[in-house]
Amino acid sequence: MHVHPYERFWMWAAVAIIVLFIVTMGAGLFGQGIRPPSHIETIDPRAVWTDPRFADRGVTTNADGSVTVTAIAMMFAFNPSEIRVSAGRRVTFRLTSPDVQHGFQIVGTNANTMVVPGYVSEFTTVFDSPGEYLIVCNEYCGLGHHAMMGKLIVEAAP
Amino acid sequence: MTSARRLATANIGVAVGAFAIATGMALMQALSRANLDLPWRSAKMYYLSVTAHGVLMALVFTTFFIMGLGVWLATAALERPLRAPRVGWASFWIAVLGAAAASWAILWGKATVLYTFYPPLQAHAAFYIGLTLVVVGSWVWSGVVIATYRAWRAEHPTLPAPLAVHGLLATIIVWLIATVGVAAEMLFQLIPWSLGYVDRIDPLLARMLFWYFGHPLVYFWLLPAYIVWYTVLPRVAGGKLFSDPLARMVFAAFIVLSTPVGFHHQFMDPGIAAGWKAFHAFNTLWILFPSFVTAFTVLASLEVAGRMRGATGLFNWVGKLPWGDPLVSSVLLSMLLFALGGFGGAVNASFGLNSMVHNTAWVQGHFHLTVGSAVALTFMGTAYWLVPKLVQRELELSLLAKVQPYLWFVGMNLFSLANHITGLEGMPRRVFDASYLGAAPAAQWRGLTGISAVGGLLLFVSASFFLLVMLGTVLAGKRTEPPVVAFAEPLEGQPPARGLWDRYGLWVTVAIVLVVAAYAVPLAQHLHMERFGSAGFKPF
Repeated sequence: MHVHPYERFWMWAAVAIIVLFIVTMGAGLFGQGIRPPSHIETIDPRAVWTDPRFADRGVTTNADGSVTVTAIAMMFAFNPSEIRVSAGRRVTFRLTSPDVQHGFQIVGTNANTMVVPGYVSEFTTVFDSPGEYLIVCNEYCGLGHHAMMGKLIVEAAP
Repeated sequence: MTSARRLATANIGVAVGAFAIATGMALMQALSRANLDLPWRSAKMYYLSVTAHGVLMALVFTTFFIMGLGVWLATAALERPLRAPRVGWASFWIAVLGAAAASWAILWGKATVLYTFYPPLQAHAAFYIGLTLVVVGSWVWSGVVIATYRAWRAEHPTLPAPLAVHGLLATIIVWLIATVGVAAEMLFQLIPWSLGYVDRIDPLLARMLFWYFGHPLVYFWLLPAYIVWYTVLPRVAGGKLFSDPLARMVFAAFIVLSTPVGFHHQFMDPGIAAGWKAFHAFNTLWILFPSFVTAFTVLASLEVAGRMRGATGLFNWVGKLPWGDPLVSSVLLSMLLFALGGFGGAVNASFGLNSMVHNTAWVQGHFHLTVGSAVALTFMGTAYWLVPKLVQRELELSLLAKVQPYLWFVGMNLFSLANHITGLEGMPRRVFDASYLGAAPAAQWRGLTGISAVGGLLLFVSASFFLLVMLGTVLAGKRTEPPVVAFAEPLEGQPPARGLWDRYGLWVTVAIVLVVAAYAVPLAQHLHMERFGSAGFKPF
């Protein structure tokens, strides 16, 4: 197959760019441990309100000083709707839904996950800057979707 | 030939009709985004219009346009009549029946589930059955095109398919592999569940099956546009195709690479291991390759065109291109917009960056550059070139046709740029009202949502011009003789024999191996896990 030298050069350049992208992502994944929320755990969506894993909603402090935030995303609110954590701490979010699919996104941060009924979403992040953050549902969940919101307050570390 | 011409016309007619309704829905959303307090403005109407716009544009307009274009390409490029034209008409009527059923469910407010129809949001059964019939119709159409190609091949045992038909066969193969996913979702989950035969279905399995289909779906839209870029654009611009074998390679690459990538739509999902998400992400990046090659080959073909029109300098061939021809300008502008969309796509595919943009306004900004421009604008340009040939009339209101692509370009830049920025600032997509009780970040989005509304209005005017030209041409265009159809000649002449890239069986096999590698293990693990289904909800 005859290929013009310029096009041959271009094709190698394209391969180089793609390899660069893959190496960059690989370095993030294997080097820095950057993982999307990929926790695998199931739950009966009809029993969310009585399941012991979601009985204690809100912020709990663990032995190592990190905190766990447990919340339920439902039509059309987050429960609890206000979350208070300290800056610089590792915060693990655990979320599920008793009804339809929702999104959980803390505006201005990289905290973003789907909330799918029947599954528990879990991810860990750190908030460096104190302040008040808006939490929104970013997956259409019905006519009240745009009203589904919450608040995260990050307090300066004591 | 006349039968194929009528069938192509009928398909494109339905496509343009769906486009017209979807355009009206887009106007309602633009006005809603501008926070104008119009009497009919309500959350119910907004989410209904988002559903109608998405389904009618992304699923109905595209599928019918591609079926019409495909019927015409097959008969024109192979220079033989369609095999089994009656079956071809059956494919059309099955798809029309399906599109009508789904549209009824949506417009009567019984299916406000958006075009991704994620359960446990539950639509009326007519919505799922209707969309399934659209797919079934497209399968029958695929069979007719393949049969037509096989009849031609029996008459030409050594020749490779003309490039346009090679691209069409790649489109069909991608589609047949992709639709396995959505067919499984519809037949085993959504339809029995919406009819009440099963109480509960697994929403995450539905997402996996949907996105197995949902990503190659975009190549089902894009490849016909590429066919036009490779085989029609150089000819209309007055040049030749720079490289025929590389164009064949590009289409073969899409057969292989389109499908084993679906998890990149599910980076933020629970229930799927990070390793499998990474595997799909790495696969995704290779899809940039055929598009990079396309950019070179198509631009080089345009340079050939400019030089054949007398350009001599390094760059003045750009100015020599016929920018006033609506096909040429549509395609050139759609390519510019697609280049921007490609950069955004690389961001979306990188899962660290994806957490910043997932389900934000960035996403609608992105896909209006890809499907909304690279595909839709190319299709509009194609219609200016094709519809006069189909109805054997001259293009009417040609001044509007000249202006329309530029208006689309300006409107789309405003719309898309504003959405990319508000997305980065965290504004979620698909919200009726983005004010969030006056929260600080929401106040910051206001000016840009206004700009996106202005962009939307310009796009509406542009789309209306397109519809007026189509209507004018069909009703009042001056009658012409049957047209002579010619596709772009390769610079180095037609290939004398079939080569590696024409071995469809081989590429289908490689594609299936990759699909199995990407999906067999995660799907098997998923099905073995203890799962709890969900009953349906209708919060609309």
